[in-house]
Amino acid sequence: MSASDEIWILGINMTKFGKHPDLDVVDLGAEAIMGALADAGMTMRDVGILAAGNLMGGGGIGQQLQKQVGQTGIPVFNVSNACATGATALRTAIMAVKAGEVDVGLAVGVEKLAGAGLLGGGGKSKSDENVWEPKGRYGAVAPTDGRIGTDTMPGVFAQVGMEYLNDHTYGGEPFELFAKISQKNHSHSTLNPLAAYTKEMSLEQIMGDIMIAYPNTRPMCSANCDGAAAAVVVNGEKLKTLSLEQQRRAVKVSASVLTTDPWQEACQILPDVNTLTRNAAKQAYEQAGVGPDDLDLVELHDCFATAELVHYDNLMLCEEGGAVDFFESGAPWRDGRLPVNVSGGLQSKGHPISATGIANIWEVCQHVRGEGGPRQIEGAKVGLAHVIGLGSACGIHVLEKSAA
Amino acid sequence: MTSTDAPAQVPLVDYLVLGDDPHLLAYECASCGARYFDRRNACAACFDTEFTRVRIPSEGVVRTFTIVAYAAPGIPVPFVSAVVDCDGTSVRGNLINVEADPDHVRLGMKVRLATYSLGTDDNGTEAIGFGFEPVES
Repeated sequence: MSASDEIWILGINMTKFGKHPDLDVVDLGAEAIMGALADAGMTMRDVGILAAGNLMGGGGIGQQLQKQVGQTGIPVFNVSNACATGATALRTAIMAVKAGEVDVGLAVGVEKLAGAGLLGGGGKSKSDENVWEPKGRYGAVAPTDGRIGTDTMPGVFAQVGMEYLNDHTYGGEPFELFAKISQKNHSHSTLNPLAAYTKEMSLEQIMGDIMIAYPNTRPMCSANCDGAAAAVVVNGEKLKTLSLEQQRRAVKVSASVLTTDPWQEACQILPDVNTLTRNAAKQAYEQAGVGPDDLDLVELHDCFATAELVHYDNLMLCEEGGAVDFFESGAPWRDGRLPVNVSGGLQSKGHPISATGIANIWEVCQHVRGEGGPRQIEGAKVGLAHVIGLGSACGIHVLEKSAA
Repeated sequence: MTSTDAPAQVPLVDYLVLGDDPHLLAYECASCGARYFDRRNACAACFDTEFTRVRIPSEGVVRTFTIVAYAAPGIPVPFVSAVVDCDGTSVRGNLINVEADPDHVRLGMKVRLATYSLGTDDNGTEAIGFGFEPVES
C-alpha cells in the first residue's frame, strides 16, 4: 500500500453531549468543525470536501455549516443513514480522499435530540371520519404499531437481545443480565466529562427504574441528547508534508467499512442487526490486518443494553454464541481483557443520532493518542468503533496509533 | 353512497384472511421460496420476479418478545410484541389472551393465530385484528 492509499484522522472533536438549549444545530455542528480543524492544524481553505449528517433538522446541514465556518465552494454531500449517519459522513469523506479527488476531507454529524422522547413509533393518527380505510403497503385500516408488534426502538432492540438468548440457550434471568451490561456503561461514564450522564447507577437502581420495553428500563436505553462530532481526514502523502507533531498525533484509519443488511428470512419483520455487523467486522479485520485479539478497546453501538450483548458476538469479540460468558467474565469492563464502551456508551454518554458515528471514533482516538485523561486505557494502540443504523446500515472503523 | 352489501368485516391488514378459518397469506418467491407480507418488484434474496400466494401455518413458537410498557400516545400498554416462528416463516404480531408479564410469556412458548375485534366504523363495518395466543399443552 502506498502512502497515497493510507487514510489518517488528522483532527477530531466532539462537543459535550447533553442539553444545549442555547445552541441550535448549526451552532453545535460548527463547534465540532472548528474543534476538529484546530485539532488538525488546518482551516476550511485546506478542505476539499465536506460530508455532513443530520436527521431531525430541515435538510442541507452541510451548506448551513459552511456559512458558519467558511464558504469555499467545495462539494458538500448531505448524508442520511439513520443512526449510522455520522459514520456514513466519515466514510464518504474517506472515499473522496481515497479516490484521489481531494487530499483533505471533513466529516461532521450533528443532532438536537434532547427531550425527543420515544423514537420510531406512533404512526399517523386516524382521520376525523371514522371509517376503516385500507392504507399503505399492507392495506392497514388502522396504525399497526402496538397492534402488530412494536415499531418503537426500545422494543425492537429488546427483541434483538431476547432473540439471542433464544438462539443460544440461557438459563439465567434476562432482565438482570441486561441490567448488568447497563451498570457497566453507567459506571464507565463517570470518567467521561463529555457524557450526557455521568452518574454511577447500582443494579437495583437500573432494574427499579421505569420499564420502557421489557427487559429495557429507562437507563438501559440510549439517552436522547444534543451533540456534534467532526473529523478531518487526509491521505498519507499529505500527512508526510505536515509537521512531526501532526504526524505523531495522526491516527491511522486501518479499516473503514459500511455495509447494509443482506436478505435474511426474518428481516422483513424484525430488522437484522447481526448479519451486516458480522459482515462489516470480517471486512474490517481483513482490511486492517488485525483480529479481535489485537484490539485494546471497542466502542460499539449499545443503543440499548439488549443490543450490546449481540454485538460482542457479531464483532467476534467472543466465540460464536459466547456473548453471555464474555460479559460475565468481566472482559468488557474498563479493567477487563477487552474494554467495551469506556466512554459510557450510548446509554450514558448519550446518542445524538448523527453525531454518534463520529463521536465513537473520537473516543477511540483519545486512547490511541494517549490523550484519554483519567479514563485512558493504558498502552492502547488499536481500537474499533461500530455503529448501526436501523433499516439497516453498519459502519465499522479500525483506528491505530501512529508509528511516528 | 353507501352500498348495502358492503362487507361487514375488514381485516386490519390485507395479508390477514378472515372467515371461518382465519389465516395469514404471504407472497412466496417462485424461485427460492422467500416469503414477504408486502408486494416486491423482485425477490430480495434472489431477484426473481415471479411470486405465488401461500398460506402461513397458524401455529408457531415464540422466537423472541418484548413487553412494551411505554408507547406512543393512544396505544394501550402493556402489550407483548413478538416474533413467532410459524414452521419456518417468521411472523410479527402481538401475543394476546395472555398476561403481559415475564412470568406468563416465555421464549419457545407454543402459540396459535387468533383474531379479535378492533371496533366498528360509522358504516357499521367491523375491523378484525390478529395476534397469537398460547396453546395449552
